[in-house]
Amino acid sequence: MHAYESDFREPLINGDKNYTIITDELVRPTEKTYRGWWLLLIIFGTLAGFFVFCLCWTVFYGIGVWGLNKTVDWAWDITNFVWWIGIGHAGTLISAILLLFRQRFRTGINRAAEAMTIFAVICAGMFPVFHMGRVWDAFFIFPYPNTRGPLWLNFNSPLLWDVFAISTYFTVSLLFWYSGLMPDFATIRDRAKGKYRKMIYNTLSFGWTGTAKQWQRFESLSLILAGLSTPLVLSVHTIVSFDFATSVIPGWHTTIFPPYFVAGAIFSGFAMVETLMLIVRKVFHLEDYITINHIESMNKIIVLTGSIVGIAYITELFIAWYSGFLYEQFAFYNRALGKYWWAYTMMMSCNVLSPQLYWFKPFRRNLYITFILSIFVNIGMWFERFVIIVTSLADDYLPSSWAYFQPTWVDVGIFVGSIGLFMTLFLLFARFFPVIAIAEVKAIFRISSATAKAERAKAAGTANGGFVGHTTFGILDKDAK
Amino acid sequence: MATVKESNNFILGLWDHEEVFLHAIEHIRHDGLEIFETLTPFPVHGLEDALGYRATRLHTAGFMFGATGTTLALSFMSWVMVTNYPIDFGGKPYWPLPSFIPITFELTVLFAAVGMVLTYCVRNKLIPGYVPRIYDKRTTDDRFALVFDIEGKSNEEVEKIKSLCSGHGAVEVKNRVFSDNECL
Repeated sequence: MHAYESDFREPLINGDKNYTIITDELVRPTEKTYRGWWLLLIIFGTLAGFFVFCLCWTVFYGIGVWGLNKTVDWAWDITNFVWWIGIGHAGTLISAILLLFRQRFRTGINRAAEAMTIFAVICAGMFPVFHMGRVWDAFFIFPYPNTRGPLWLNFNSPLLWDVFAISTYFTVSLLFWYSGLMPDFATIRDRAKGKYRKMIYNTLSFGWTGTAKQWQRFESLSLILAGLSTPLVLSVHTIVSFDFATSVIPGWHTTIFPPYFVAGAIFSGFAMVETLMLIVRKVFHLEDYITINHIESMNKIIVLTGSIVGIAYITELFIAWYSGFLYEQFAFYNRALGKYWWAYTMMMSCNVLSPQLYWFKPFRRNLYITFILSIFVNIGMWFERFVIIVTSLADDYLPSSWAYFQPTWVDVGIFVGSIGLFMTLFLLFARFFPVIAIAEVKAIFRISSATAKAERAKAAGTANGGFVGHTTFGILDKDAK
Repeated sequence: MATVKESNNFILGLWDHEEVFLHAIEHIRHDGLEIFETLTPFPVHGLEDALGYRATRLHTAGFMFGATGTTLALSFMSWVMVTNYPIDFGGKPYWPLPSFIPITFELTVLFAAVGMVLTYCVRNKLIPGYVPRIYDKRTTDDRFALVFDIEGKSNEEVEKIKSLCSGHGAVEVKNRVFSDNECL
């Protein structure tokens, strides 16, 4: 009935489990509060408060309180925007693409990755909106019938495409995430003790019961939403890169941007998922469900996408030299060796060099190294955007207007605060929502769990099981005899 | 609550292993019993085939919503740029089709996704606040259940259902009677 996987493969659910235990262990984080959770919430909640304060400050005094000047008129705001969008892009992509490719390690991380997407896109959306200055006029970006004569937006503009792309992306990600959550909310509802808890989770579950017809439609819906989300993710980050690529600024006007941005997004997204999952598995004791095997799989993707990004950086340099175009050559020479050399060095070392450690298995399976490198990648990806945006603007065609960008406390506050907002939302999600997709973990239980593998090995009559560790392979032992 | 008079008397067979459950369904259907409802904690592979359900048409609905989005996006942008507000943007054509592709694609996906999810919710009776009939709380946890409607059935038929269920590996077979004002 099932497509059993090879028992040589490492299990994705460790420990002696059954469906009851899985429900217990995965619902438990929503039923009690862990001490570490409060500590994190206080820290990041405070930062989120500071975020709101800095935004109010910006609206009250105008965006003059940022470090922007006449030459560098896009800096941290758009850097943060692209950084958050990049992180946000990976969540749905991870979930959708792994579903399409039938990767079972998806079940441990997809829920949190999708949640990360939603919260990251919320953070990202703040930056262009507040960069408008007069935020109360933000609705001008949508084409709506108005009384100012026939007056419409310019549909040739990538900035307008971005509006459509990001709002579509947010909506579709939200639907994808929530449609997967409904069955798990029903699981929580059916275990709930209190009347209000039951009512709230029933409302959240939309009255899900899990009939065969519901599941049939559920599977069809998730598959098609995954099929729609995958090209959507590619299109959205491509369109974000068009914001730069269709301009005529040397350093921005590059055809390599769309694939390079997409690879960068997957890269930074996996890194952020790792940062979050390593915290979640520790705080909520979910080591059996987010295994070293999951971490290693993600690290393999990080070394792949990190290397793609590295090749893109080098290709850019090569093409700039090969083009023979003075301004293009200057932009890239200046980017690597000019006054922002330190940012370029940060980018290169964090994004290209540090992930190369993952070619070695002990590094891929080391949690401490993974955690540190995941932060490195996030830092590196922030610098990538900073390098692209600021170095290209700072030294433009006219040397008399060359300038240096320096952030003010408001710039820093908004950026750090947005991390606070993101983490606050994620912590609330992890406390009240099932952070691992319960139904989907159960669906792979008979195939990929340590328990099922041990049962199959027992049935097959091998002495020590099909898979019992990294070095011992029962079947090989048997053959040797 | 419902306008159609619903049955309140059911028999519930509960299984704890999906493969035993699938075999049981095949046998029970082979014996000509009508299964009123099937409840599982997760999507069981091959369940809809065992139950003889026809394929869902949700994807067809999705295609139609998507096609609506494509048409609307293309025709709206064409109307704006050609008829209602024609502006010369640096000598570009008034009908710049390549520029329309990104937004057309986004709206296609948006319409398909939103339309499909709405259809899905309506067809699956998923409405915030809707209080469903819960036959057994463990069907979202660790039990696979078959529900048989026994309103107006003879004792003989009821016994046949029960013996078939337990004969095919059900770990528990029980009566489930709903009272009129039963809530969660």
